[in-house]
Amino acid sequence: MTAAPSKIYIPRDTTACSLGADRVAEVIQQHIRKHQLALEIVRNGSRGLYWLEPMLEFETEQGRVACGPITPEKADEFMAAACWRNIDKHPLYLGLTEEIDYLKKQQRLTFSRVGIIAPTSLEDYCRHGGFAGLRTALAMKPQAIISCVTDSGLRGRGGAAFPTGIKWQTVLDTTSAQKYIVCNADEGDSGTYSDRMIMESDPFSLLEGMIISALAVGANQGYIYLREEYPLAKEVLNNAIDVAYANGYLGSAIAGSKFSFDLELRLGAGAYICGEETSMLESLEGKRGEVRPKPPLPAISGLFGQPTVVNNVISLATVPIILALGAEHYERYGAGRCRGTLPFQLAGNIKYAGLVELAFGYSLRNLLEDFGGGTRSGKPIRAVQVGGPLGAYLPESQWDTALDYEAFIEIDAVLGHGGVVVFDDSVDMSEQARFSMEFCAIESCGKCTPCRIGSVRGVELIDKICAGDAPTQNSILLEDLCYTMANASLCAMGGMTPIPVRSALKHFAEDFEDAIGPSPKP
Amino acid sequence: MGLVSNSLLAHEKLVKRIIKELQGLPGALLPILHRLQDELGFIPPALLAVIAAGLNLSRAEVHGVASFYHYFRSSPPGRNSIQICRAESCQAMGSRALEAHAQRTLQCKFDQTSADGEFTLLPVYCLGNCACSPAVRVGDKVYGHVDAAKFDALVAALSTSEVEVK
Repeated sequence: MTAAPSKIYIPRDTTACSLGADRVAEVIQQHIRKHQLALEIVRNGSRGLYWLEPMLEFETEQGRVACGPITPEKADEFMAAACWRNIDKHPLYLGLTEEIDYLKKQQRLTFSRVGIIAPTSLEDYCRHGGFAGLRTALAMKPQAIISCVTDSGLRGRGGAAFPTGIKWQTVLDTTSAQKYIVCNADEGDSGTYSDRMIMESDPFSLLEGMIISALAVGANQGYIYLREEYPLAKEVLNNAIDVAYANGYLGSAIAGSKFSFDLELRLGAGAYICGEETSMLESLEGKRGEVRPKPPLPAISGLFGQPTVVNNVISLATVPIILALGAEHYERYGAGRCRGTLPFQLAGNIKYAGLVELAFGYSLRNLLEDFGGGTRSGKPIRAVQVGGPLGAYLPESQWDTALDYEAFIEIDAVLGHGGVVVFDDSVDMSEQARFSMEFCAIESCGKCTPCRIGSVRGVELIDKICAGDAPTQNSILLEDLCYTMANASLCAMGGMTPIPVRSALKHFAEDFEDAIGPSPKP
Repeated sequence: MGLVSNSLLAHEKLVKRIIKELQGLPGALLPILHRLQDELGFIPPALLAVIAAGLNLSRAEVHGVASFYHYFRSSPPGRNSIQICRAESCQAMGSRALEAHAQRTLQCKFDQTSADGEFTLLPVYCLGNCACSPAVRVGDKVYGHVDAAKFDALVAALSTSEVEVK
């Protein structure tokens, strides 16, 4: 390396900060001040290589190079020894960031700017292709924008996988004078953090997606419904909204056009059910987050009874790149009916936890092996829960399934929001099944009986089975209960809780055996 | 008694100011409850009637909303609220043991406050820190890879800083 770097990037992201990134930044700042170093600190988002966090990056003549993990304890020594001047000699030197295998093997479209830019710098955003999609959209008729999104094959990334373009078309085709865009940022599934990363690391991409959506369907008001559990995302989003207003990207005459759009951030209050779209709309209206029966669809009668686009963060944040690069470019990625990419999130007991954006079609086993690197505990992987708390627990025999919505449905599982939670062989799957029912009991909105009562009865039945209390009969009852919940619940909360329960019973039956009795497998 | 009614009066004044500021928002009830809890740490049940009157709702409706959401509390929390994630990713990394340890250490169960009033222990279902489970949140700070030792250090640090303030 010839010259010492002039810029140092220190991530400001919930997970990086949970490992001490803020403290690292303080330590480095102190050194810069004390020794009057010609080094500028930039707080970027995270690249999502979380086992390397806090991961520092340096601007060099060759490009950005990385070094990590630099914990707060190491940061002082790192600066005192002036390691940053000869960063390539450091034992934790990782080389060019873009060449790190984990990152290089990915297909980052939605996450193309994440971790690279300073999250609320409009200049950074624009320099990296930001608002190119909006500029394209502003020159198009609403129908053409929607056709572009439909042709791209984009499906709802919140988990339901409903075609985004068709949803928008329904809203466009209504005649109401008042329409809304609502972003569902209530990312409640355990094992998922891709929405959080977009909001903390590239918030303008979400704003741009919402503006394009509003332009397409003729809405002038938008809301982001953010979970209270994401304090940093709240701060960054509010900053981004302020910057967008100050620079003419929100409010009236957006980007010099005649189009107006206002956007407000609203906070949830710790209710998982508010990730369900109708419950979220009730909550936005200031009510209990109780699920509404469908129909009417929110696209016809949504927020305050008006036609409403409800989309997940990732769906909306993907729209700008579709408009910027064209539907065909996005559609080229993927497999079968799943077009484009999905940001997978490796979580739980896994060695290399992080964000992996890939085209659909990769197998779960490859994701676990090529990226995950086995468990953090070093023990063998026993079960993998994909798709959040309402997703199935998959045994090794199912890991060759392609990461594709339809392929997962075929094995009674769901891809959901792309969360992948790994468990080692110390897991007791009866505890996991019990927790699925318990979680449903805690988080049920209470509106429909199968979910409200069924979940409580489910916990009781699993307790009885595990205690050896008439396990065969109670297993039959439990299956009967699962059938009722799956078919008679008002929404996915009660309707999908049987998925993890049944998968645990089916694939890990030995964990339900009582010390006295035989296997209660139904 | 005088103190109680004084604070009630102050609370009423506060909630009326918040209502005045926010009642123009569509669906203003949640933002009002949030602001109130931000200011007071909880939502005093005595204020529900004031909010109801301000928004032209029934007291039952306001109570229904305030009691629906896990985040809103009807009693004051301890000086520090510690949230421990109970969801699957954290379970996979030992959060069940961490929960048990925390309850033993603080001598209180979830949704309770330690006897010295220092800590309120709360369950939370996902902080989005699943790449570094188990996760714990105190205020706006999230901690990763929290085991029993890290938890004890965190509790000690929080207790000490309180003592210093006194």
